[in-house]
Amino acid sequence: MDATFFMNVISAGLLTGLVYGLMALGLSVIFGVMRVVNFAHGDMMVVAMYAAFLLFTKLGIEPVPALPLVAGGLFVVGYLLQRFLINHFLEVTEHIQFLLLLSVAMIITNVVLMVFGPDARNIQLDASFESYSLGGLVLDKVRVIAAFTAGGVALLLWAFFRYTTTGTAIRACADNPVGARVVGLDVEKLYAITFGIGTACVGAAGCLLLLLVDVHPHLSSDYTLLGFIIVILGGLGSLGGALLGGILVGLSEALSGVLIAPSLKSMFSFGLLILVLLLRPQGILGKKP
Amino acid sequence: MSDNTTSLSASRTITRRQFTTAAAAGALVTTTGLPLRPARAATPLKLGVLLPRSGHLALIGQACQRGAEIGLPMLKDMGYSVELMNADTESNPDVGRTQAEKLIREGANMLMGAFDSATTLAIAGVAEQKGVPFVVNIAAEPKLTEQGFKYTFRNFPSAGMLGKGGLLLYKDMFAATGVTPKTAVLLHINDSFGMAMLGGINALMPKLDMPFTIVETIAYDPKARDLSIEVSKAKAAKADFVMTVTRLNDAILLVREMVKQQVETMGITSPGSPGMYDKQFVKALGKYAEYCSVNIPWFDPKQEMAKTLEKTFEKAFPEESFDLNVGFTFEAVLIAADAHKRAGSNDPQALTEALRATNLAKRAMIGGPIKFEANGQNMNLRSAVVQNLGGKPTVVLPTESSEAKLVFPMPAFKGRT
Repeated sequence: MDATFFMNVISAGLLTGLVYGLMALGLSVIFGVMRVVNFAHGDMMVVAMYAAFLLFTKLGIEPVPALPLVAGGLFVVGYLLQRFLINHFLEVTEHIQFLLLLSVAMIITNVVLMVFGPDARNIQLDASFESYSLGGLVLDKVRVIAAFTAGGVALLLWAFFRYTTTGTAIRACADNPVGARVVGLDVEKLYAITFGIGTACVGAAGCLLLLLVDVHPHLSSDYTLLGFIIVILGGLGSLGGALLGGILVGLSEALSGVLIAPSLKSMFSFGLLILVLLLRPQGILGKKP
Repeated sequence: MSDNTTSLSASRTITRRQFTTAAAAGALVTTTGLPLRPARAATPLKLGVLLPRSGHLALIGQACQRGAEIGLPMLKDMGYSVELMNADTESNPDVGRTQAEKLIREGANMLMGAFDSATTLAIAGVAEQKGVPFVVNIAAEPKLTEQGFKYTFRNFPSAGMLGKGGLLLYKDMFAATGVTPKTAVLLHINDSFGMAMLGGINALMPKLDMPFTIVETIAYDPKARDLSIEVSKAKAAKADFVMTVTRLNDAILLVREMVKQQVETMGITSPGSPGMYDKQFVKALGKYAEYCSVNIPWFDPKQEMAKTLEKTFEKAFPEESFDLNVGFTFEAVLIAADAHKRAGSNDPQALTEALRATNLAKRAMIGGPIKFEANGQNMNLRSAVVQNLGGKPTVVLPTESSEAKLVFPMPAFKGRT
């Protein structure tokens, strides 16, 4: 195994990690502002993947151009879900919230199963079989597209929270909900917008993941778990942490697959998680409670 | 209504002359023992069909179910009389056992199933206990025919036969093309099937004196979302050709990743696993699915029965794969119906004896006439090399059943049109 081989493996891990990071961003945003752990996270992503699949097969819209449509659709779903359901459970104990969102997850999985059946679905683009060659480095074209789009979406999200009035108001709610109410902010509406933004991120990630992974209804639990590993690694509530966590998981999977055994690569993500929990329980970029 | 009743009544009236003639004919048959026509059972065979139609094996279970049902009109035309009593094993051996008992209680004369080895073993136990014959459509567990079951008959190779048949075909492939690679990389799933295949390959390679060595073995989870690292590792091994043990989705991921990573190899072959002959594999990969090959028991394209079955199947299920799951399940129903016809009875003992004497030359799958050894194993089964050519799994070896010539080494991915 030469240096080029390792460069290929590391680049593949980095690119996949960025998409993982985007997926986990939604989870981190929702938790960071509302302190709600979205157990239906993976299921919402599967819905987004099926939406992107339908847009491609029925209307011929490829996943990257379809991204604003799917993310917009998921924003509306998330907004309404928070406004009419989750909002009623914000003050209850955490385990009730868990059960509520687990129920939502089970309903979504079974509805998707009823509508689409258990078969895996994929889309074929011209780019699906193409790669860029840079010297000895071979970069998968769809992975490059997905990673750069993920980076762009993450940048937009950061700019939204940093430079817009709504973004600033949401950050104010996250820092001090009581203070936000005192200064006259509509906290319920801001929470609904936040949940919508979180699900929109998941929608965007779903579109991009469809380029890399075949979709089937039972994919959701895998991605919910992966999302949790990433945000705990990076730090719950931290946007940069989610991206960093994604990249770390992508890299650890890639390198452990090569150096140890591919069938053990998931074990290393969990190993990394345990290590971070032992040494820095708040996550790499998380703030101490 | 009254007219019909009258007419029926009138037709049942027997004159003294008719009675005398019939009695004389009956006496002749009874005393001489000469059959006026081949034995035919008075009532249809009630065949309990046990398949995993739900649960994690649902896709394959449903494919098998299609195989059981698609051939019924054909069997009727051939003079067979069989009724299916369907039961779902839910991909669970305990459910399979309970369903087998229920079917027998409800009047099944014979059982058929059950695709996965654990469930099939459980059903074989019930069949033995109740004295009801059981025809295995698909299950490779060696114990099924090595445990001394008296009522179990298997028309499918055992794991050993499957592995050996699959590996030996590599020698035929190399002999047919005059190209003998020296090294291979083996990529395999790490579930029970994949590990059993790996064990078989490792044990048989030295015994069969194979002309190539496996330089790298890479195991992966069949539910893996991404196989880029596995393929990178396989590429780094720089082997002459790639051997795979896959299921469907991972087979698609694997070949797609090989194309992306520009892995050019002499061939992508499997010594006997699903995936690469599936319609969905061909649909998902298009031109890149071409030339992938699997060494597996398959339909005999030279047999009339296989041709008719394929036509019927394609008409009924144009989107589904016409594969060995369909073929072996069809043949299991054929075997059961044939035994019933010869037994001339629905008595389980008579049916078992008839199964033991099975000799079916007209069949759908490659191999000689269906005959069972004393242990219930079909002695005439043979694997074929099935290669994707023109978007269709095509038999390329053995020569007597082949529809086209094997392409090996396969053309490079780059530049395919």
